[in-house]
Amino acid sequence: MYEDGEKGLIVTDERLMMGLNGDEAVAYAIKQVEPDVVAAYPITPQTIIVERFSEYVANGLVKTDFVSVESEHSALSSCIGAEAAGARAFTATAANGLALMWEMTFIASSLRLPIVMAVANRALSGPINIHNDHSDAMGARDSGWIQIWCENSQEVYDACIEAWRIGEHTNVQLPVMINLDGFTLSHTMENVFTLPDDVVKNFVRDRRFIKVKGHLGESELRLDPGTPITMGPFDLQDFYFEHKLQQVEAMRRALEAIPEVDAEYEALSGRGYRLIHPYMVDDAELVIVGLGSTMGTASYVVEKLREKGVKAGLVKIRVFRPFPKDELVKTLRSIPVVGVLDRAISFGAPNGPLCEEVKTAFYEEKDRPLIANFIHGLGGRDTSPSMIEGMFHRLMKIKSRGRVDQLIEYVGVRE
Amino acid sequence: MSDLTLKEAALKPDLLASGHRLCAGCGETIIARMILKAARGPTIATSATGCLEVSTSIYPYTAWMVPWIHSAFENAAATASGIEAAWRAMRRKQKGPLSRYETLDIIAFAGDGGTYDIGLQALSGALERGHDFTYVLLDNEAYMNTGIQRSGGTPFAAETTTSPSGKAVPGKKEWKKPIDEIVIAHEIPYAASINPAYPMDVLRKSRKALEADGPAFLHALVPCSRGWRFPPEKTIEVSRLAVQTCIFPLYECRFLEGRPHYELSSPSLAIAKKPESKKPVEEYLRIQGRFNHLFRPEMRVDLISSIQEWVDNRWEMLKEKSGV
Amino acid sequence: MTEDKPGWREMPEGAISYKCTLDYETGDWGVEYPEIDYERCSKCMLCHFYCPEGAVRVRSDGYTEIDRRYCKGCGICVEECPVKCMKMVRKV
Ligand code: SF4
Ligand code: SF4
Repeated sequence: MYEDGEKGLIVTDERLMMGLNGDEAVAYAIKQVEPDVVAAYPITPQTIIVERFSEYVANGLVKTDFVSVESEHSALSSCIGAEAAGARAFTATAANGLALMWEMTFIASSLRLPIVMAVANRALSGPINIHNDHSDAMGARDSGWIQIWCENSQEVYDACIEAWRIGEHTNVQLPVMINLDGFTLSHTMENVFTLPDDVVKNFVRDRRFIKVKGHLGESELRLDPGTPITMGPFDLQDFYFEHKLQQVEAMRRALEAIPEVDAEYEALSGRGYRLIHPYMVDDAELVIVGLGSTMGTASYVVEKLREKGVKAGLVKIRVFRPFPKDELVKTLRSIPVVGVLDRAISFGAPNGPLCEEVKTAFYEEKDRPLIANFIHGLGGRDTSPSMIEGMFHRLMKIKSRGRVDQLIEYVGVRE
Repeated sequence: MSDLTLKEAALKPDLLASGHRLCAGCGETIIARMILKAARGPTIATSATGCLEVSTSIYPYTAWMVPWIHSAFENAAATASGIEAAWRAMRRKQKGPLSRYETLDIIAFAGDGGTYDIGLQALSGALERGHDFTYVLLDNEAYMNTGIQRSGGTPFAAETTTSPSGKAVPGKKEWKKPIDEIVIAHEIPYAASINPAYPMDVLRKSRKALEADGPAFLHALVPCSRGWRFPPEKTIEVSRLAVQTCIFPLYECRFLEGRPHYELSSPSLAIAKKPESKKPVEEYLRIQGRFNHLFRPEMRVDLISSIQEWVDNRWEMLKEKSGV
Repeated sequence: MTEDKPGWREMPEGAISYKCTLDYETGDWGVEYPEIDYERCSKCMLCHFYCPEGAVRVRSDGYTEIDRRYCKGCGICVEECPVKCMKMVRKV
């Protein structure tokens, strides 16, 4: 019924289209995946996720065990317990909630538990603010989680299905964080093409485990009284470093696994995203690189500028961890000027976090663009099309001068 | 409850293997071994960061013969909640690795730091949500693993490295936090105090805790020879004195028909019935170096009698609650 | 204790422990270990329960025996034996 016979492609059937905001898209996808355990704590702007999911539980639509924990720290701790016990576990949070989980994010990845977490990105306190920026997820960038960034509710929905297969990939076994901009995405209703339940279930299938050789013999990497293993040992100078190298390798393998899973998902849904998404860059002279919903606004600006004859383009980074260095370099190598948008500050650093990564990616390259950095939209400050147009004008100036003379430009802030 | 005789328990292999690196004479290990012997199995254990955790899992070695996980300090109860939720969901779905187990003994071990202090929130949450697990508080009355710092579980006047006895302040200024009352106020099915000197009592209560339908709490007093400053061979003697002086009475509390039912366990019940057998708390304090300053250079009669008063009051309250 | 340490590619992923402490003998921690006078032992098994190391095993005949590979010499068993049939002896 949904299939386009030849390719087995699920067409964008009107009957599968739903009006969902970003949070609802998360909740609906997770309902279809039906993980064993969801442990979550409410925090704006993620709250709708836990509310919707609680309704699914209350109405008997899922067999998931919903653990309404007393804090985000316990939310992730419960997910760790659940995943260690061989379950699939999901949680969602934002800002201070993620900050409270911080300790556990590192532990989850070191235990190699493919937990999936949605983060409705919100500015970190203080002062307290409930609106969007990326300071929460950027604060967790070194925690060993795969990070996927979404531009719209459709991407959110798709990521919430793909994430399980990525994290649980036997070459990977890492937790996955799905980022959606607070309010801009979390609370904005959009049309989302969904997949039928059985298609989702088939795609995510059962969780896969890797085999490990523990002190009592071979076992799957999970707590099973039949084949006991010890997880989370006291790991000193002689071994800790090696365990970190294993995580480095898992991240490297994720760079291969993500496009592989994504291609399979595309064959099913007609939608694929890969690691980065370039738009109008082939002949571009000025390119903006960024994350999340701002890239939707930026693509509108690119189209407007193209109409005026400006050779503008953009690259949306969908996967920030692992960082898709090679793809990015390949795509941007011959672009004269690149502007990197950061929606977070690394206080005291020469650039915003995304820009530092982009610059590092190019350091060893002979051909590289001039790279400017725009920090924008902190605490939910609106980033309007005219601001982005302004950024392109700055890039134009940089191009004509042939150098970047200001490491960071703060866009949309009052002097 | 299904009875477990001393003999049966003795013949069961240890689920906490020899070769761990806890200190010689450690009370924590004695009681952890007993609790694991009481487990019906299948069993999954989790530990908060602490002496038991570090000393049993120094990589690449592990002493755990049951599946075991440590994740952090403040979250033993939350980790256990996740394990229990996983098991429950798998049972419901009739799918997944744990779905074949009709019962599962989920045991969370945490120290006094991980319970009275940093882990109290996670514990309260897990108790309130009613997860079916057994939480074991291994109370050695200070942060021993980091070098004997005071916790909410440290008794009044005890010397620790952050409550030293000086010219102005004689050890810890505050009284031990009434953790049992806090836990029991959550109206959980089963709570009990245990002590390594009484193996049969430990086995019986551990089994009851594991069989309880919902959260169960075992408060284990575990003397620490280094932190309390007594010779290692005295661990059991110190434990026994804690019961004989009634500073740590043995009892259990079941929540039935909307109210808690306290019951003194036989060693404490015997004292209640024969009040003259109750030993003065001074005997307990005197054999521990952490209370030295109460006896030298001069006898602090004032402090010792306030401790005695505290013990007496709490003992009377407990007897009253137990209907003795 | 010197031993060969594997490289990161050989180690189990997820930092799973791969050796049992039974291979880590702590019997050299103490200077003394207990001896049991079986003539007087009442087979009460208290020493088995009180030993923090699990170094006192109960045999099928009901008597206990000390596993010197793990005994740390704490002396609890000797101290607590109700019939006082154990004593600590210096290692030779
Ligand atoms: S001396 Fe201590 S360690 Fe050795 S057997 Fe006796 S109780 Fe166990
Ligand atoms: S405690 Fe003494 S009497 Fe009891 S079994 Fe051990 S050696 Fe024998």
